[in-house]
Amino acid sequence: MSIAAVSTGPFLGRLSLDSLPFWQMLQHPTENNIINGCIATGAASMVVIGAIVTIALLTKYRKWGVLWSEWLTSPDHKKIGIMYVVIAFVMLARALIEAALMRGQQAFGLGGGFLSPDHFAQLFSTHGTIMIFFMAMPFLTGIINYVMPMQIGARDVSFPVLNSISLGLTAAGAALVMISLVIGKFSTGGWFGYPPYTEANFSPGVGPDYWIWSLSLASLGSTFTGINFAVTIYKERAPGMKLMRLPMFTWTALCTAILMIFAMPPLTVATAQLALDRYLGFHYFTNALGGNMMHFANLFWLFGHPEVYILILPAFGVYSEVISTFSGKVLYGYRSLVAATMAIGVLSFTVWLHHFFTMGQSANINAVFGIASMLIGIPTGVKIYDWMLTMFRGRVRFTVPMVYSLGFIPLFVLGGMSGILLANPTVDYQVHNTVFLVAHFHNVAVPGVLFGMLAAYHFWFPKAFGFRLNERWGIFSALCWIFGFMLAFFPLYALGIMGLPRRTVAYTEPSYVPLEWVAFLGALLILAALAGLLVQLWVSIKHRDENRVFAGDPWDGRSLEWSMSAPPPEYNFAVIPVVRGRDAFTMAKEEGVAFQPPDAYENIELPQNSAMGPVIAAIGFALAFGLVWHIWWMVILFFVAAVATMIVRGFARDTTRIVTAGEVRQEHRRWLGAVAAATAISRAQEREPANAGLAVHESDGVVP
Amino acid sequence: MSEQGDNCSDQLALEQQERREFRSYVWGIGLALLLTLVPFALVHWVGIPRVPLLIVIGAFALVQMLVHFRFFLHIGFKQKREDLQLILFSTLLLTIMVAGTIWIMASLALRMTMPASP
Amino acid sequence: MSQEVMKHPGLNLGPTHGKDNEAAERMMFGFWVFMMSDAILFGMVFATYVTSIHATAGGPGPHDLYDIKSAFIETMLLLTSSFAFGMASLALKYKHSKTRLIGWLAVTLVLGVSFLGFELHDLITMFAKGGVPTRSGYLSAFFDLVPLHGLHVTAACIWLVCLAGQIARYGLDTKTKLGIMRLALFWHFLDIVWIAIFSVVYLAGLT
Repeated sequence: MSIAAVSTGPFLGRLSLDSLPFWQMLQHPTENNIINGCIATGAASMVVIGAIVTIALLTKYRKWGVLWSEWLTSPDHKKIGIMYVVIAFVMLARALIEAALMRGQQAFGLGGGFLSPDHFAQLFSTHGTIMIFFMAMPFLTGIINYVMPMQIGARDVSFPVLNSISLGLTAAGAALVMISLVIGKFSTGGWFGYPPYTEANFSPGVGPDYWIWSLSLASLGSTFTGINFAVTIYKERAPGMKLMRLPMFTWTALCTAILMIFAMPPLTVATAQLALDRYLGFHYFTNALGGNMMHFANLFWLFGHPEVYILILPAFGVYSEVISTFSGKVLYGYRSLVAATMAIGVLSFTVWLHHFFTMGQSANINAVFGIASMLIGIPTGVKIYDWMLTMFRGRVRFTVPMVYSLGFIPLFVLGGMSGILLANPTVDYQVHNTVFLVAHFHNVAVPGVLFGMLAAYHFWFPKAFGFRLNERWGIFSALCWIFGFMLAFFPLYALGIMGLPRRTVAYTEPSYVPLEWVAFLGALLILAALAGLLVQLWVSIKHRDENRVFAGDPWDGRSLEWSMSAPPPEYNFAVIPVVRGRDAFTMAKEEGVAFQPPDAYENIELPQNSAMGPVIAAIGFALAFGLVWHIWWMVILFFVAAVATMIVRGFARDTTRIVTAGEVRQEHRRWLGAVAAATAISRAQEREPANAGLAVHESDGVVP
Repeated sequence: MSEQGDNCSDQLALEQQERREFRSYVWGIGLALLLTLVPFALVHWVGIPRVPLLIVIGAFALVQMLVHFRFFLHIGFKQKREDLQLILFSTLLLTIMVAGTIWIMASLALRMTMPASP
Repeated sequence: MSQEVMKHPGLNLGPTHGKDNEAAERMMFGFWVFMMSDAILFGMVFATYVTSIHATAGGPGPHDLYDIKSAFIETMLLLTSSFAFGMASLALKYKHSKTRLIGWLAVTLVLGVSFLGFELHDLITMFAKGGVPTRSGYLSAFFDLVPLHGLHVTAACIWLVCLAGQIARYGLDTKTKLGIMRLALFWHFLDIVWIAIFSVVYLAGLT
């Protein structure tokens, strides 16, 4: 049965007062409804207040013009990267609060708790959806966007305006998820939305539609990003930057891009088909008339498994950079790391069935996919050994990125091992869909993906903004993350084996309670970690003048992004470098050619600003909103607008501008002057205000 | 004088190249027509048992796709390495994903079919 | 004259087009990558179709609904349109008159729109026989695959008209040339997908 027939009117679709978060509470004021209504209204208020405050501040300080011309319409990969990371942090905050709420509910969950099952179901659905699509994906996309073009010696990505459009689509998806807090409800079907539960007859509300369209927007953005990154790495490399001279982070970025290109289509098909079922009464996944829910599971995980490798590979790249830089040693086993990355990329497409071992296919099929799942652990193991061997006999400095990396190695190995356990179908049958599984994937996602992204944030922040982050608060936050994670998730391994299913709002087994309380404590520690990050940012901005690193190389970096000022000029390199080996910047420093003025400067051609990004974002959001609420005139209007925008863009001709050689020369000389005036500091002083961004270069492992 | 001569020979080389590329398109549509007519004819007029017929249809389809690649898209072995890598990788993934899906769904169909309901 | 390495898939402009030839490499490679992701998309829809053929739920099946004559005509139309676009590409590369280029593009458009007309007629006929997508899983799968291809062809036709507009407004500048080359790639790609459709859907369905 399709829900297209149900509507409250042609102008507002199925929007009604009932869509407001406090309406149910007012209509039926039971105790449970009031508690849940207050929480929901509180969350909605935060969104509304946040929006109002942002608008007010922008208006008060008259920054609308700057916001539009310097940021939203900018095709600069650096600005786009920063905006992606901002989205990630905002969504991280929301999803962590949701996690703490869930842990709180489960701590009090013996026989009931305070959250209604419906509310709890929305929480685990939004938490998962946000963390994967609107926190981790934007975070890694932002970091790769910022760093990768500089690492290959390029001025920007291959398709800068497409980059801006991708950002717009992701932002639109995030906005859709945020608006679901204020109007209507989100899906209660989990982050992978299995039908038939998410079909129209079982979930007639707007929830699954919010889920479908926010995912569609985000995955379209990611597909374009993948194409952009892959073409950039293949076609924009500086002369001499052969593939086997790429920094390891760029290798993982390439692999991630390839995975994005090939993994997003199955998701597009799955969500589109679910939408057709819900809106037009098709029968892809319904129970009756020839539908088959397993089609969805198969399609979704064909996307879902490569997706988790999209998440982890950039983090692996970050660890390679961080560990070699802060050990003062060349990365061990470069070739094996490249081979391992490529192997993981290919193998990630051969294991997807392990997400539904228990769904009825033959033991032979389970065995094949189980073996493949175990095999994929091998290249990851190779990487762990390579990183440990990089640290061995190096001079390890315990900076914040390094602390995250050191927490990552043992914790991720544990998570990986629980994954190998789960790869065995017979074990999986026992713990499938228990919190053991939840423990496993958080064990790889938090110490793996999140720590990697936070390490990247600390590592490259000075490059992006020209001043270092406060070390003390950084260490505080990192330690809270490490210990908070352990407290929050290790009990779940035990709870899973003791029989607690995932996504369970309440339980009747008293022996769960102490472990649930330990987990809740961990969640609170993680909230402290988040607070620490915010305080760190505040303190760092306040003291930014003392911690400037304009010379651009605060950590004695090894790759080309450190060979520019901090922040870098818009065009990155005054003159495109010629690369003659791996660790190109280290090579230049050792040969004494790192800070040479070039013979001549040339005009540089850069793309002009374009409104395409924000316009597509607005159209995408409006189109999705109309689809969710069945406001058909809105759907038609904005679909036409989308097509018209693309056609108009096709007629655009004057899309570049010139930065004159004179300007380039001036900026470059200014930077070289700062380098000459700066005092080079040894590694022991790199976390002190004396660090102006110029490093005494140490040959590998040797103390000057 | 020699410049004019060069222009003449350049012009000639260009015309030859154009003729070669034109012939490529002609070969392409010729082969494609043949590879289309045969399976259509077999299905419409000839009574071959089902499974061999399906294999023939599939084989002709694959060959015709290669014809399009070669004669219309000019993709051959003189391609840049990344172009070939991309096509081969895409083919590999497509095969794994489609074959895997068919294998899994067939197994499920065998083991999990519910009794027929309207 | 030796054949240099092809910079990108599709017809290369060659050195006579100077810097346009250089600019084409990144653009065409990027578009080709996009085509590969589209190929995976179609592959998944094909996989859904193939694994749904028996899910007719008592409703009409392939033998009740497919018309081999119509499928043949559509195949011929699309194949000749690919040839026509090839002729347009040659006109572009060897700098023949704009009239010749636009002429061949117009032929391509007519053939493409005719294809869509026949396909629309097919779908309406199916509806009349009860072959509606809401009837069964098999029909839903059919209506994902064939109309998806049809939508792609529609988009290609609209793009062609837009390019004609760009030629009229800007002549054959770099961006217009790159647009035509990308559309060429797209058009040939759609013909390749159609080979799979007429083989897997129509011919296999009618055996």
